[in-house]
Amino acid sequence: MLKLEFNIIGGDFNQAGKASSKIKKKLKQLEIEPATIKRIVVATYEAELNVVAHASSGKLIAIFESDHIQITIIDCGPGIENIDRAMEAGFSTASKKVREMGFGAGMGLPNIKKNTDELKIESEVGKGSTISFKIFY
Amino acid sequence: MKVSELVEKFDLKVFSGSAGLENEISGGYVSDLLSDVMGFAREGQVWITLQTHQNVLAIASLKDLAAVILVKDFQPDEDTLLHSNEEGIPLLGTNMETFEIAGKLYMELTA
Repeated sequence: MLKLEFNIIGGDFNQAGKASSKIKKKLKQLEIEPATIKRIVVATYEAELNVVAHASSGKLIAIFESDHIQITIIDCGPGIENIDRAMEAGFSTASKKVREMGFGAGMGLPNIKKNTDELKIESEVGKGSTISFKIFY
Repeated sequence: MKVSELVEKFDLKVFSGSAGLENEISGGYVSDLLSDVMGFAREGQVWITLQTHQNVLAIASLKDLAAVILVKDFQPDEDTLLHSNEEGIPLLGTNMETFEIAGKLYMELTA
């Protein structure tokens, strides 16, 4: 088992995608099937970007198991008021600035759901959210 | 078709990432919503957009896209150029509007 950890800084769009890029490189080294790597990359990037766009800070932990990857993202952020609504395509609470960059179209969580095999979201308003998902190789 | 052939054919400007000019093009994708591209673009496609910040290159790299074309003479940010060179993904420019360059690319790739 291999574990990688990354700190994510809220609002730092220059670093957005760095953790996903490192995870992608590691998956390539491990010779995981390209189609599976693509699913992992989409879900991980969206989760990473959610922290950058909404939270003040966060941590991404990737655990590479023999038959799947487990990714957990824990953030200190505003929390999600209504998880069911947040899962709806097109629903977004992103700021104007984030939307102008082409993010915040309400596609993040739906993209994560579509590309993962197991997804769990826990959130407390005013404290933060924890998203964890599994993708089998 | 290679990116270099596309550059020549449509007189595109090469801002950066010339190491990837021999990338083979599998198709095109048009969107200014980054999560849309993240979710739906496919490997080897050319991405046509008016977004100029460096997250465009982060996504192009994560999705293994062949190149990015900025429309209407939009200029890339400085760190977008750097990222493009690091990743070897060509960042191209045109004075055409999205509709026109997308139409031309479509005709070219489906001819």
